Amino acid sequence: MNRTMLDLWVGFFVAIGIGALIFLALKVGNLSGANFAETYVLQAKFDNIGGLKVRGPVKSAGVVVGRVANIHFDSTTYEAVVTMNLDTRYHFPKDTFASILTSGLLGEQYIGLDVGGDEKMLKAGDVIAKTQSAVVLEKLISQFLFNKASEGPETK
Amino acid sequence: MAKVQDLLIGLGARVTDRIWRLGFAMRFFVMLLVYSGQTFARPRLLMREIWFSGVLSLIIILVSGLFVGLVLGLQGYDTLQRYGSADALGVLVALSLVRELGPVVAGLLFASRAGSALTAEIGLMKTTEQLKAMDMMAVNPLARVVAPRFWGGVISMPLLAALFSMMGVFGGYLIGVVFIGVDEGAFWSQMQSSVDFFEDVLDGIIKSFVFGVAVSLIAVFEGYDSVPTAEGVSRAITRTVVTSSLAILALDFVLTSFMFGS
Repeated sequence: MNRTMLDLWVGFFVAIGIGALIFLALKVGNLSGANFAETYVLQAKFDNIGGLKVRGPVKSAGVVVGRVANIHFDSTTYEAVVTMNLDTRYHFPKDTFASILTSGLLGEQYIGLDVGGDEKMLKAGDVIAKTQSAVVLEKLISQFLFNKASEGPETK
Repeated sequence: MAKVQDLLIGLGARVTDRIWRLGFAMRFFVMLLVYSGQTFARPRLLMREIWFSGVLSLIIILVSGLFVGLVLGLQGYDTLQRYGSADALGVLVALSLVRELGPVVAGLLFASRAGSALTAEIGLMKTTEQLKAMDMMAVNPLARVVAPRFWGGVISMPLLAALFSMMGVFGGYLIGVVFIGVDEGAFWSQMQSSVDFFEDVLDGIIKSFVFGVAVSLIAVFEGYDSVPTAEGVSRAITRTVVTSSLAILALDFVLTSFMFGS
């Protein structure tokens, strides 16, 4: 069996085809980035998680430090329990504050971790005690209107 | 009364014929898979078919991918900038190409560029009695002629769809970033954070593989089952393009509802 020009063309075709697949995987998809090698689990309970999704980012100071692994409803406390996988490189104090924030005006929702001053660190499996729920726009507006209405007569 | 009877008999014969043909096509597919072992034992035959349906379709796939990307870039920018989110142009271009347009448009182009040629080739071989001659020489035409063409198409199709999507993303980049001036960092980073490899890219590859199987099977079957006359072959080619285009669009709906429906 000898090499022919045909083999060259087929080889060229297959090579650029696989090149395109790798381009789609690495440059368009996010196969390379944001997958943490080793993670530990933290939990947080929220009254309302808004539009938070599984695989959503967990950020501290704007840096992605983990991902939301699971969200479920606790039927005894009527709260949402969010399980997060955090990168083992990062540790947070016991009094870290977890809040659900929105990136941009209409962007996706993520968990923001604001670091406290405690010297003890959160261990794997711990539950973050201090949380703030997602802001629900309708509640905010109704609260605002309610306040306006209640203070209305006094200002006149 | 006799007229109604004739009508019913005609209708029944037509339906029976269609079902009969469908059953024959399925048996043809199974036999094709049975004889495929011999195809992979002779890679030279397969190489020729990949060249025929893959390499020769490169130009049309690359050029149409680029133009589809350019159009998506322009149209997407025009709509997105009304909502002040022109930065999401990369997401729009990449998701629509990787999920839908890449596999579907590449599949339609593949059906008309390579599928029709496969049907014509096999149909003409049948008309000139080459298939019968092979049978006489104890060469199985399914293993020697049909199976390599089928697998050549199945292998080429996902690669062509990936190339189409890549050229489309490049076209969107060209219009969005180079000509209009969308921020380059936002274009790529928003794309990368929204496009998931396993959910979007891999589903697109699965789609293009399924389309490759469908188009190649329809093309070789129509050729093999064509009426061995000039008119019969031309009808078979028309049927290949029509049936495989419909099959691609219908399968796309089914696959999409499985993949993204939940």
